Amino acid sequence: MRKIPVKKIIEAVKQEAIAANLELGEDMIQALRRASQLEESDIGKDILDRLLENAELARANGIPICQDTGVAVIFAELGQEVHIVGGDFVRALEEGIRRGYKEGYLRKSICHPFTRKNTGDNTPIIVHLDIVPGDQLRLWVVPKGGGSENMSALYMLPPSAGWDGIKERVLDTVVKAGPNPCPPIVVGLGIGGNFEQCALLAKKALLRPVLEPNPDPELRAMEEELLEEINKSGIGPQGLGGRVTCLAVQIKMMPCHIASLPVAINIQCHANRHREIVL
Amino acid sequence: MSSSELIELGTPLATSEVERLRAGDRVLITGVIYTARDAAHKRLAELIEKGRELPFPLEGQIIYYVGPSPAPPGRVIGAAGPTTSYRMDPYTPKLLEKGLKGMIGKGKRSQEVREAMVRYKAIYMAAIGGAGALMSTVIKKAEIVAYEDLGPEAIRRLYVERLPAIVVNDTTGNDLYEEGKKRYQII
Repeated sequence: MRKIPVKKIIEAVKQEAIAANLELGEDMIQALRRASQLEESDIGKDILDRLLENAELARANGIPICQDTGVAVIFAELGQEVHIVGGDFVRALEEGIRRGYKEGYLRKSICHPFTRKNTGDNTPIIVHLDIVPGDQLRLWVVPKGGGSENMSALYMLPPSAGWDGIKERVLDTVVKAGPNPCPPIVVGLGIGGNFEQCALLAKKALLRPVLEPNPDPELRAMEEELLEEINKSGIGPQGLGGRVTCLAVQIKMMPCHIASLPVAINIQCHANRHREIVL
Repeated sequence: MSSSELIELGTPLATSEVERLRAGDRVLITGVIYTARDAAHKRLAELIEKGRELPFPLEGQIIYYVGPSPAPPGRVIGAAGPTTSYRMDPYTPKLLEKGLKGMIGKGKRSQEVREAMVRYKAIYMAAIGGAGALMSTVIKKAEIVAYEDLGPEAIRRLYVERLPAIVVNDTTGNDLYEEGKKRYQII
């Protein structure tokens, strides 16, 4: 058994929570640069250039890319040969987020559903844990803002709906959302599984670097088809009209029940933040 | 449609000034503006309903829908980009009736809000959503004026210099989101 002390986990999560919010990933910078070259609308192009400037300013001034530093989601893959020592694993993840949001001057955005009283430290966090072979711990720290999460949707389609039915729902979701989720967006699409699994697939699909092609040629073709369709909508950067509404569609798919065709559409804004930690 | 020149706007806004602006105009706002988002709107609407005094005068003012991140040492404010506006829609017509002249946010407004803007002569402007670090640099002063208990949702008085925004809804009923989308739609 390989031992990993919780102290090490707390420190790593703290640092990466701050970094995720202050430093836009190189994948998104490349995607925004490419979008700026493609965009035909003057206002749209100006917005894309300002988003690139915003990313530089955030890094230089040490303040978040976006004030909505989100709900803290952590995907964890815990090797079964790992022994966590010195404390509770999930509490350590939460403590890392608590410290990161305090010391990094990140916004605390978590509240009671009805009283709306803020919990004050951005906890509780949301953890998805998988036990995998090996002796490593891999974590993805994924802060997610409310604006784009609010525009997401889940459908339990009849199997007869097929790929055409899925496309229709995705386009409908994106068009209805319009300017609200801060386009240009990335669409995470989960197909199959069941009710909760397809939502997780959609969210996990978004962990792939944004311009990296899907390794599965069938899914890659579906992603390209859908991207082209979405970008015909004319919504454009910030919804003010243009060619670039969506930077990428990212799909994860798995088998489902013979009666079902579950589809989850997770909308991601251009502040597409995800940091990977390997311990 | 509007000109592509930048229009300098000072606050508070006069009705005549507001009426000249058109959807698509790009403006730079200088002066005092107020922040308010979900929870603060709820409280303001309750005060109006009870006929009580508001924590700041609405006449001619601009409200910016933002919940900034905390200011790191040595800075006025943290990241401060706009939040999505539709959540303020249920409360907005009441505020417009009381003299609010401008709103800055991002995203579509309801039919009721758009009609109220025509009726009460007010405009809605979009700032760049997600450009929190950039927007932070135009905010020169920030102080909490009400509802400190709401944390990021407290009402703040900001002094801004040349805050960039685009007019989305004007006093004649135009909507830049609809016009912009139509122009680039491929059917």
